[in-house]
Amino acid sequence: MSYRDKYETVIGLEVHVQLNTKTKVFCGCSNLFGAGPNTQVCPVCLGMPGVLPVLNKQALALSIKIALALGCDIQKNMKFDRKNYYYPDLPKNYQISQYDMPLAFKGCIDIELEDGSAKRIGVTRAHMEEDAGKLMHDTGGVYSLVDLNRTGTPLLEIVSEPDIRTPQEAHSYLTVLKQIIKYLGASDCNMEEGSLRCDANISVRLRGEKKLGTKVEIKNMNSFKAVKDALTHEEDRQMDLLEDGEKIMMETRLWDDKKGVTASMRAKEESHDYRYFPEPDLVPFEISHDLMEDIRLSLPELPDKKFERFMNVYKLDKKDIEVIILEREVADFYEDVVKGFNDAQNVANWVKGEVMMHMNERGVDIAGLKLAPADLASLVKMAKEGALSYLVAKEVLRECIDTGKKPESIVAEKGLRQVSDQGEIEKIVDQVIAANPKSVEDLKAGKENAISFLVGQVMKMSKGKANPRMANEILRSKLVG
Amino acid sequence: MDTLTSSGIKGFREWIKKANKSIGDFTGIFVDRAKDMDREIKGFIEIDKKSIVSRAEQNKCQTDGRLWGIPIGIKDNICIEGELTTCASRILQGFRPPYNATVIEKLTSNGAVLFARANMDEFAFGSSCETSCYGPTKNPHDLSRIPGGSSGGSVAIVASGQVAAALGSDTGGSIRQPASMCGVVGLKPTYGRVSRYGLIAFASSLDQIGPITRNVTDSAEMLEIIAGYDEKDSTSVNIEVPKYVNALKKDINGMTIGVPKEYFIDGIEKDVLENIQAAIKTLKSMGAKIVDVSLPHTKYAVSCYYIIAPAEASSNLARYDGVHYGYRSKNAADLVEMYTASRTEGFGQESKRRILLGTYSLSSGYYDAYYLKAQKVRTKISDDFKKVFSVCDCVVTPTSPTTAFKIGERMDDPLQMYLSDIFTISANMAGIPAISVPCGKDKKGLPVGIQFMAKPFAEETLFNVAYAFEQGV
Repeated sequence: MSYRDKYETVIGLEVHVQLNTKTKVFCGCSNLFGAGPNTQVCPVCLGMPGVLPVLNKQALALSIKIALALGCDIQKNMKFDRKNYYYPDLPKNYQISQYDMPLAFKGCIDIELEDGSAKRIGVTRAHMEEDAGKLMHDTGGVYSLVDLNRTGTPLLEIVSEPDIRTPQEAHSYLTVLKQIIKYLGASDCNMEEGSLRCDANISVRLRGEKKLGTKVEIKNMNSFKAVKDALTHEEDRQMDLLEDGEKIMMETRLWDDKKGVTASMRAKEESHDYRYFPEPDLVPFEISHDLMEDIRLSLPELPDKKFERFMNVYKLDKKDIEVIILEREVADFYEDVVKGFNDAQNVANWVKGEVMMHMNERGVDIAGLKLAPADLASLVKMAKEGALSYLVAKEVLRECIDTGKKPESIVAEKGLRQVSDQGEIEKIVDQVIAANPKSVEDLKAGKENAISFLVGQVMKMSKGKANPRMANEILRSKLVG
Repeated sequence: MDTLTSSGIKGFREWIKKANKSIGDFTGIFVDRAKDMDREIKGFIEIDKKSIVSRAEQNKCQTDGRLWGIPIGIKDNICIEGELTTCASRILQGFRPPYNATVIEKLTSNGAVLFARANMDEFAFGSSCETSCYGPTKNPHDLSRIPGGSSGGSVAIVASGQVAAALGSDTGGSIRQPASMCGVVGLKPTYGRVSRYGLIAFASSLDQIGPITRNVTDSAEMLEIIAGYDEKDSTSVNIEVPKYVNALKKDINGMTIGVPKEYFIDGIEKDVLENIQAAIKTLKSMGAKIVDVSLPHTKYAVSCYYIIAPAEASSNLARYDGVHYGYRSKNAADLVEMYTASRTEGFGQESKRRILLGTYSLSSGYYDAYYLKAQKVRTKISDDFKKVFSVCDCVVTPTSPTTAFKIGERMDDPLQMYLSDIFTISANMAGIPAISVPCGKDKKGLPVGIQFMAKPFAEETLFNVAYAFEQGV
């Protein structure tokens, strides 16, 4: 038993999600990522004197959507607050946020543990706020550049309860959260582009201890893997310190992905007094019952419900379902294909195999493949019914994706229809037997692997069109008897 | 030309009609005249003739625009696209907003000619127009005295007839108190009646833009033009703008006017008190029903105001940090020094005092005791008015306890200075409309103002009673 087993880790996560609205949260500027520096700005998001914020209704609706999907209670009386601090990426030197009355509270996320059991992680609160700009520091330390395109991007900050016990659970929490939000179409949740950001609070305590240990905040993690690595490193660090009889300092630490360590950024005593107070430029308002119900009704089927339904309706393997429903669009595509050809398992094999391979190969999502579900359905059907060999079907799919042509026309143009005519295949088999006396002898001598070579020769000679099952049978009947 | 000095919008309108000149030509004449008249008063920070004339010439509004050609003064905290707008502060040195305030759009589309940069207390922090970084404005009635503040410049240029009317802003009395001290009409509309978009914020929950005019008729006409819902200001209220000029009736027979006892206290100058009491008699003789009322939380208004207003100001003024625009100190080696030096050098003493006050009262550990408590009292002040307006149509009070004091007299005594707004602050705290109308003069010949307050969006009541009073005396 390792000394680590004496300790228990307690983790809570703060996730910032950028909402993919058309415009920013308090002004009409475009919210698209990647434009030239300071090109998507206006007097309002620049915080110029005399300008006023106006709440973006779409940002509110998307926030409510996420909150409902996380099972949260929604604040009826909405209020914004100002969080005051000085930083050059924050042109007003205050951030419009929500302090004591967050949009949503008391939600949860269900994750699966390594042993297959389920665990519920509480969501303490979710609140709306505006993003700050971006600073780029001169490596020589002489100057910093400010890009305010991101200023005013709508954010939803989602705070978990300290229910997470391992770095792996933290990883699972983030994975499920991302999946839900992507299902809602509320954010891209792309950590590299910063549309999902995560800070973690972590402490350790002796097992059985009720009181929480001293917590450390970890920042600067740029992928889910980094979150897991940083937390793994940090729990080790804290356990080692405690084991050595030392104390944990309450502080903020930065994760260094390259070195694989956390390093102290600031002690808690240096933390800000944000002087929160109600934002007087935005009047408090009530979220109407109608708006709530409209949003509730617009919620799509969420991953957990979809999983259950796929189990019941398509009777697929658990792992297959997980892969197929990972993205809502892929799941929808799958179901559309099954509508065209009702063989759930066969279609599942194609989707998680060939289709996803093409997505990865091309670096696109399912929509980017521009593959019509009906086309895949007819292709799978042709393969299943023996009209195409599997190998040929794969090639047809590739061409279908490359050219956008219908699979039927590709098959017709190239004459790729599988040959299942007994007489035709026999002719080819005879030629193969004549051309490969050595393998024929081997097979007759009982060397079973010779048969696959001979079938391969038949396929080659038929340019892949011969029905391989029939070729196999005919070869056997002629040679083995 | 001299008839222009006292006759407001109507006088200018008639002069323009008779003059038969191009808008550029007569605007040039008005500018030269104002420059000449303003030499001692210094109601304007500067008068940019070229800009005023070319703006007038470029205005596409037709000659039938309600304010076509009429010169309107603009306080230096209301943004005009491309014009210097500095809140009379060094920290905004050189700042030219790339946008118009909504009220500026409205004035322009009605043909008004904008006379920018009326002087003011720095960021509207003050009651005497002495905290301007450009130096004080003087009271046209007595050049040794202050014009009141913070909209002292706007008021002085109207009182001296340089412009037909002006816009000011009122956070705790900044339109009404100087209007009273310079003998003109000043209106603070209901909070939310006029868009604040483009008004450089002092205290967002209290600020309102309002007209400063020679008479009540002009006040009604100006409000009709600048009022209305604005989708750029979430705090503006979507209520239709009435035809305020139709409310200008001499008849107040049967109107119930409350006299709140808390506004008739020690510290009011004798002459002021006597004038107001005489005015109340006049109102009674005109058929109004005068009733005694009580606004018991009035005594807390000044204290609460000096918690809430500086708190909001400390946050609103945080953006002036030398990073993006305005004044940046050259005496800085790093970021924190740049912030510190720019703000130390850029803000005047009163601004610093209020920023510190506000920062303190919002600090963790003090928030509940100060800001939160002040907000609770604010609700009580508001409730007082609700109760009173269930029994009367409006209330009448002095606008300020004193007439204009001497320049420099109160600069070293902020508390005395703050008390100058003791009668005007409550209307901002409650968000209700209030108007100050000239009410005779004291023995020194200095103007006295009388204030009427009504319930939210009852500006018509104010115009009715103010017009009747104006015409009756």
